Amino acid sequence: MEQLIELLEELHPEIDYETEEGLVDNGILDSLDIVTLITDINDAFDVSIPAEEILPENFNSARALWELIERLDTV
Amino acid sequence: MNFASIEFLCFLLVLVAAYYLAPKRAQWVVLLAGSVVFYAFAGVTSCLFLLAVIVISYVSVRLIGKRQSACAAWLSEHKELPKEERKAYKNKSKKGNLVIVCVGIGVLIAALVYAKFVSGYFGIRVSGAGISFGAYALEIMGISYYTFIAVGYMLDVYREKAPVQKNFAKHALFVGFFPQLVMGPISKYSDVGEQYFVPHALEGKNLYTGAVRVAWGFFKKLVVADAIAPAVGAIVAQQRSGVYFLLLCLFYSIRIYGDFTGGIDIVLGSAEMLGIRLPENFNRPFSSKSTAEYWRRWHITMGAWFTNYIFYPLSVTKSMQKLSKWSRAHLGTAIGKRLPVYITTIVTWLATGLWHGIAWNFVVWAMLNCLVLLVSQELEPLYTKFRTKFPRLHASAPYQTFMAVRTFCLMALIRVFDCYMNVPLTFQKFFSVFTTPNWGSLFDGSVTSLGVSAASFCVIGVGILFMFGVSRLGKDRPLREKLWERPWLGSFALAALVFLVLVFGTYGLGYDASAFIYGGTFN
Amino acid sequence: MKKRIFAVVLALVLLLVALMLAQALLIPSRYDNREGHLLCGYEQATDAHDVIFVGDCEIYEGIVPAVLYEQYGITSYVRGSSQQTVWQSYYILEDTLKKEPDVKVVVFNVLALKYGETPREEISRMTLEDMPWSLSKLNAIRASMTKDESLASYFMPILRYHDRWSSLTAEDVKRTFAKHEDITHQGYLMQTNIVPVDPTDNRKPDALIDSALPARSMEYLEKMCALCEQYGAELVLVKAPTNSVKYYWYDEWDAQIVSYAKEKNLTYYNFVGMDEGLGLDWSRDTYDAGLHLNVYGAEKWTRYIGDLLVTNHGVQDRRGDAALDALWQERIDRYTQEKQQGEQTK
Repeated sequence: MEQLIELLEELHPEIDYETEEGLVDNGILDSLDIVTLITDINDAFDVSIPAEEILPENFNSARALWELIERLDTV
Repeated sequence: MNFASIEFLCFLLVLVAAYYLAPKRAQWVVLLAGSVVFYAFAGVTSCLFLLAVIVISYVSVRLIGKRQSACAAWLSEHKELPKEERKAYKNKSKKGNLVIVCVGIGVLIAALVYAKFVSGYFGIRVSGAGISFGAYALEIMGISYYTFIAVGYMLDVYREKAPVQKNFAKHALFVGFFPQLVMGPISKYSDVGEQYFVPHALEGKNLYTGAVRVAWGFFKKLVVADAIAPAVGAIVAQQRSGVYFLLLCLFYSIRIYGDFTGGIDIVLGSAEMLGIRLPENFNRPFSSKSTAEYWRRWHITMGAWFTNYIFYPLSVTKSMQKLSKWSRAHLGTAIGKRLPVYITTIVTWLATGLWHGIAWNFVVWAMLNCLVLLVSQELEPLYTKFRTKFPRLHASAPYQTFMAVRTFCLMALIRVFDCYMNVPLTFQKFFSVFTTPNWGSLFDGSVTSLGVSAASFCVIGVGILFMFGVSRLGKDRPLREKLWERPWLGSFALAALVFLVLVFGTYGLGYDASAFIYGGTFN
Repeated sequence: MKKRIFAVVLALVLLLVALMLAQALLIPSRYDNREGHLLCGYEQATDAHDVIFVGDCEIYEGIVPAVLYEQYGITSYVRGSSQQTVWQSYYILEDTLKKEPDVKVVVFNVLALKYGETPREEISRMTLEDMPWSLSKLNAIRASMTKDESLASYFMPILRYHDRWSSLTAEDVKRTFAKHEDITHQGYLMQTNIVPVDPTDNRKPDALIDSALPARSMEYLEKMCALCEQYGAELVLVKAPTNSVKYYWYDEWDAQIVSYAKEKNLTYYNFVGMDEGLGLDWSRDTYDAGLHLNVYGAEKWTRYIGDLLVTNHGVQDRRGDAALDALWQERIDRYTQEKQQGEQTK
């Protein structure tokens, strides 16, 4: 989780990722950020996020994103 | 069958009656039968292609479904195996599914190519569907909305985002539900699929709001869009220059807005009368403050389709990820971060452009959109600075209006490429605005020489005011729902709308007094 | 709920009233067009007719019922309208015979057989709109509709004429509520002008593309035969006299009708070129250079046909019945008066 927040802070350092619940809905992450983030996550956690999981509800908060990573890592 | 016709209204009326009279369990069968009848009007050959799409998507989806349950069963039987092994098994199964999807799409394309080039049959014959934008895409490419619905569904099942519909007839209804055959929206199974099959009780509200929406669609299309169409045609055909080019941008925007959103209103309103909510395709697009916002509000389901099934999958492919890593390492973060996204954006827009038609003007249209989007994305930090520095100015109504007008003008300019269907000519006419000083024609009445009378222009103007007002009043909640809550006003508003469409609509043969004089033929 | 139903019903009623008013206003008045309402007068006629004439302009400008009664005591009516096609003639005849099953002779002018489909929607619509509602009218509409027409527009003419909103004038409002009179004389439309045939005109008729008359119109002729048989009326075929290259009656067509008449045991009279027998003078008996007869020509042709009807077809002389004589005398007077007026204005 901490590692993920580090990745996120590289993109937008001004955001408080512990509390922000609307990263996509509030327009903080755009498609450019999302694609970059997916590449970074792939590198860091060896988890490839498939296209079908690119949904607002999976990217709206650091917690949701972390849950997605965990879910993808289990079978 | 033309949507904007008496025949369609009669068809809809009979269908709605049959639908609510039928036993609840059989309602979906009525919809299927209605879709078959609707399609039969388009001719037998067109049914064949739809049938091919239904069968191919059904077979693929069923095969994938079977493999998915086999895979799940194997996984639950082998819980003791290490994670890596289980993962590998699942990935292998998924790869197989992907092959099925690809083969399915391949067969679809082959069928399309066969239909188009071998049998010489071009798309479905929606004779005078009138819905220019939608029908146009059909005629040019022979690809239609149901193909996109079917492909989207195959991918959703592959992605385990939609259940497998095992009943062939139900599957056929999902792909071929008649209102969306001609001009969309491109619906997803997860949004609408089950709605078709659950029972729907007769509700006055659905009937009313649906009917108002249909009537409103007729108004937009017949009173505004079709009325201004002759002027669009005349400016293009007569190759008028200068200020007429600007008029063309304006008129064509009015026409396409009335035509397309009006058509979609008829589609969604018809479905609403049946108690079915299809996805919205427009959300007050001309109020957009930026191009990006515009494309989130205009032709929404198409944009979503290309984002979901082309842009994101392309972005997360292994090669794109590799490119991303490589470019960030070699070109620096700033460029490296952008390069892969830019490439996928351009490819996605190219695909969008070619979907509208295989012609250069669509390529240019798509690339211009893409350019505007990417440039404004790059300028975003600047905008943010401006916003934070002058928050009050930015939030003021005049500035917000300015942004909406700016976006409208920009989009109108880009849109005009599909009027001329000729890229150099479009540019030539664009530059004539600066070289041909004929602004006087705006005021000396020569605008009425475009095949639209002064009286008609007045009606169109009032119609535009109506559209603007209805859009504003429906900002938070559709106006028709507010009208439902006021029985008197609501009933009279619908009656007035029908009256206005019948009298001021552009339909039928037109009236030429001299043609009714027989003696005139003897000389 | 009650309130809502009441509101919906009231709104519907208001909509219908508004549409009917708008429709009355938007339907163009054709009363200033002499050929605008040729069929309407028949509805008011209450007397019986022994002979019914059906066909197009050649018949309603060629046959004068007033003359037939005055000279032969034949009671007749002309059921013709502009460019009336064979199927329209058939369904109009169907309506007529339903009203008057005792008609003795039906005379049909064969020119319209050249049309296998409706030539002009507007003209066809004038004919159809003047028919009173009946199954025959519905069938006539269905047989006549051109490609882009909708059946609904015959039930709701506003669908056809709504475009007139932009050209409405105060005159239209006046006309909507005005009363109109039938200007025909038992279906005969009087033309008093004289425009002689130009003797220097040596144009030739267009080459005939298809020597056979269209199958569709022959089919309706067949139906007309059957209809007359059903009512025990004799069907007589005529071709009106003309002297023009326009609307030319080709020999090939004539031969086809001759053999058809023979096969069906019908009488067929072709008056084209029979100028001497009829006593026609093309320098004064036509109002449009030989295409149609004017009142002088029409009287000559009518008298000839009257002779034939009496001698060959046994049509009765009805004169002597005081009431009938009085009724017809009124008509003859009106006819004579209009003819004299026409002469004075020259």
